Amino acid sequence: MTTTTPVATAGAAVSADSPRTAVGRVRKRLNSPIATAASIVIAVVWTIPTFGLLVSSFRPERQIKGNGWWNAFTDPQFTLQNYQDVLFGRSSSSGQLASYFINSLVITIPSVLFPLAFCSLAAYALAWMNFKGRDWIYISIFALQIVPLQMALVPLLSFFSRGVTLGGITLLPAWGLTGSEKYIQVWFAHTCFALPLGVFLLHNFVSQLPKDLFEAARVDGASHPRIFRTIVLPLITPSLAAFGIFQFLWVWNDLLVALIFAGGTKETAPLTVRLAELAGTRGNEWQRLTSGAFVSIVVPLIVFLSLQRYFVRGLLAGSVKG
Amino acid sequence: MDFDFAAEGPKFAMLLYGLVAFVVVVGGLLLILDGIPSLLARRRERRELALAAVGGAVALGPGRRRNWEWLMAAGFLFPAGLLLLIGVVIPAIRTLLLSFMDGGSTAWVGLKNYSWLFSQSETLITLRNTLIWVVLVPLVATTVGLVYAVLVDRARFEAVAKSLIFMPMAISFVGASIIWKFVYAYRPEGAEQIGLLNQIWVWFGGEPKQWLLEQGAALNTVLLLIVMIWIQAGFAMVVLSAAIKAIPADIVEAARLDGVNAWQMFWRVTLPSIRPALIVVVVTISISTLKVFDIVRTMTNGNYDTGVVASEMYNQAFRYGQTGQGSALAVFLFILVVPIVIFQIRNLRKQRES
Repeated sequence: MTTTTPVATAGAAVSADSPRTAVGRVRKRLNSPIATAASIVIAVVWTIPTFGLLVSSFRPERQIKGNGWWNAFTDPQFTLQNYQDVLFGRSSSSGQLASYFINSLVITIPSVLFPLAFCSLAAYALAWMNFKGRDWIYISIFALQIVPLQMALVPLLSFFSRGVTLGGITLLPAWGLTGSEKYIQVWFAHTCFALPLGVFLLHNFVSQLPKDLFEAARVDGASHPRIFRTIVLPLITPSLAAFGIFQFLWVWNDLLVALIFAGGTKETAPLTVRLAELAGTRGNEWQRLTSGAFVSIVVPLIVFLSLQRYFVRGLLAGSVKG
Repeated sequence: MDFDFAAEGPKFAMLLYGLVAFVVVVGGLLLILDGIPSLLARRRERRELALAAVGGAVALGPGRRRNWEWLMAAGFLFPAGLLLLIGVVIPAIRTLLLSFMDGGSTAWVGLKNYSWLFSQSETLITLRNTLIWVVLVPLVATTVGLVYAVLVDRARFEAVAKSLIFMPMAISFVGASIIWKFVYAYRPEGAEQIGLLNQIWVWFGGEPKQWLLEQGAALNTVLLLIVMIWIQAGFAMVVLSAAIKAIPADIVEAARLDGVNAWQMFWRVTLPSIRPALIVVVVTISISTLKVFDIVRTMTNGNYDTGVVASEMYNQAFRYGQTGQGSALAVFLFILVVPIVIFQIRNLRKQRES
C-alpha cells in the first residue's frame, strides 16, 4: 500500500528535458504539423482566459467596462490604478486586499510548518520503528484520506465555539477565540486535514531510505530522535519540499476551511474569502475583480513556477487530498 | 497611500506566537524523546547494579529494549495521532450521528434527512448536477491531458508547453472562477461585449446571453465545470506524460520496426502501457470533483440550479442552520467517495500481484 504506479516514473518526469534517447528518436518522427497545430490550439485555449484577466487588470476602469480586453492591442492604455485601489483603497467597497493578503500569509505559514513536522515524525515512526500494531496504525491513517473534510466541519466548529459536553458534563470548555485569535482555529483545522495525506506521502519516501543506514546508526548507539534529526530529515528534504508546496498551495487557495473557521472579517479572512465575496456582491466591478484575482494568484504562481520540479514529484507520488 | 500598517500589528503578533508555539511544541517533543533513552538507561543501570549487589547477575536481555521502542514510537506518533482523533475521527463520527438528528441537533429523526435528500426537487437537481460533474470532468480533463501529453512529448518546447497547461493548478478555485466569470461576462445587446465567450457568440451572429443563467440542458452547470476541467487537465497531463516517458524504449522501437503508424502506436502501445497511471488520474480527479465547492460558490452561489452536493452541504449546515440535512449531505458525499477508493486500492493490489 505504499506506492502507486506513477511513483516509479517520478524520475522520468524530472529528467523530462534530458535529450535524445532511443524513444526520443523514434517519437520525433511522429510529430506531424497537425499534431503541432493541435497542441498550439490547446495551449492557446488554456492560456487565453488568464491572459485576458492579466491584460484587463492593467486597463483603466472606463475601458474595462466599455469594451473587450482584446481592444487593448489596438488602443493600448495601461495603468496601475486598479492595483493601487484594490490593495490600499480605504473605502470598504474597494477591496482592501493588502490586509487580506497579510491574513493569507499568517494563515499559511504555520499551516504548512505544523503538518510538515508532525507528518515527518509520524512517517518515521511508522517506517522504521518496531512496535505492535504498526501496520494497523499506518493503514488507519491511510484510510482516513477518504474521509471528505466536509464530514468534519460541523463538529469541529462546535468543538471550537461550544467546547465538548457529554451528558451535561463539560469535558472541554469552548475556546472562545475572538479577533485575530481565530487564526488558531484555522491553523488547527488545516493541520488536522493535512495529516492523512502528509503521513502517507512522507511514509512513501522515508520507507525507501536504505536499511543499512539505520542499522549502522543503531549499532553506533544513536537514539531514534537523533537518527531522525541527523539522518532522516536531511535526506528527505526534497520530499518535505514536495509536500510543503502541496500544502502551501492547498492552504493559500482554500476557501471552504477559511470561510468556516476564519470568519469573513478583515481581521482574519484570507484573500480567497474576500475575493469570493467581491465576486458575489460586486460582480460587475471588473477593474477590482481582475486586479484582485491577480493579487491572489501571484504568490502561488511564483512558488509554483520556481519549485515546479518538487511539486510534480509530490503529485506523482499519487495523492488524494481529503 | 492610505494603508495603515499599525492596524496589522496583531496579525504579525499572532504569527509570531504561532511560530514560537511551533518551535516549543516540536523542539520540546524532540527534547523529551531525547531524554527517554538516557532516563531508561539510567534506570536499567540502577536496577542492574541492585541486582548485581544481591548477587543475581542476570542481565536484562534485549527483550526489555522493545518496551521503550514502543514508548518512543508513541511519542513520535502523539501529535499526529491526537490531532487526527480530535480533528477528523471524532468529528466524522459525530457528523454521522448528527445526520440522524433534526436541524438544531436536539432530537433524533431517523432517516428523515436522507429521505429529504432524495425527495425534494431542489436536492434532486443538486444530485443531478453532481452526477454531470463527476462524469464529465474526469472524462474531458483526462482526455485533454492525455492528448496534449502525447502531442507535446519530445517536442521542441515541451517544458514551456507543459507549463502553460499546468499553470492553472497553481491558481485557486476562486481565482479561476473569477477568470472564467470574466470570460462569460455579459453586456446587453448593442453594447460592446467585454466577455470573450459572448464576443465570439456575437461574431458568429448570436445574441449576447447571460450564460450563467442558462438553465436549459444544464448549460450553466456545464460552463461551471469547464473551470474544473481547465484546472485538472494540467494534473492529468503531468502524470500521464511521466507515464508515457516511462514506457520502455525497446517496446516502442519494436513497434516501429513492425511498421505501425502513429495512430496504432497510440492505441496499441501507449494506451495499454499507461493504463495504471490513467486509472490513478481518473480516480483522483473524480474524488476532487465530487468535493468541488469553491467554483460553484464563487460563480453562482449555487443559484440558478447549479448547486452540487458539497455546496449544498455548506449552505444547509452553515447558512440555513440545518445541521441535520447538512450532515446527511456530508455523509452522502463520503458514501460516494468510498467505492471509488476501494476500486483504486483493489486495482493497486492487482497490479502488485501481477
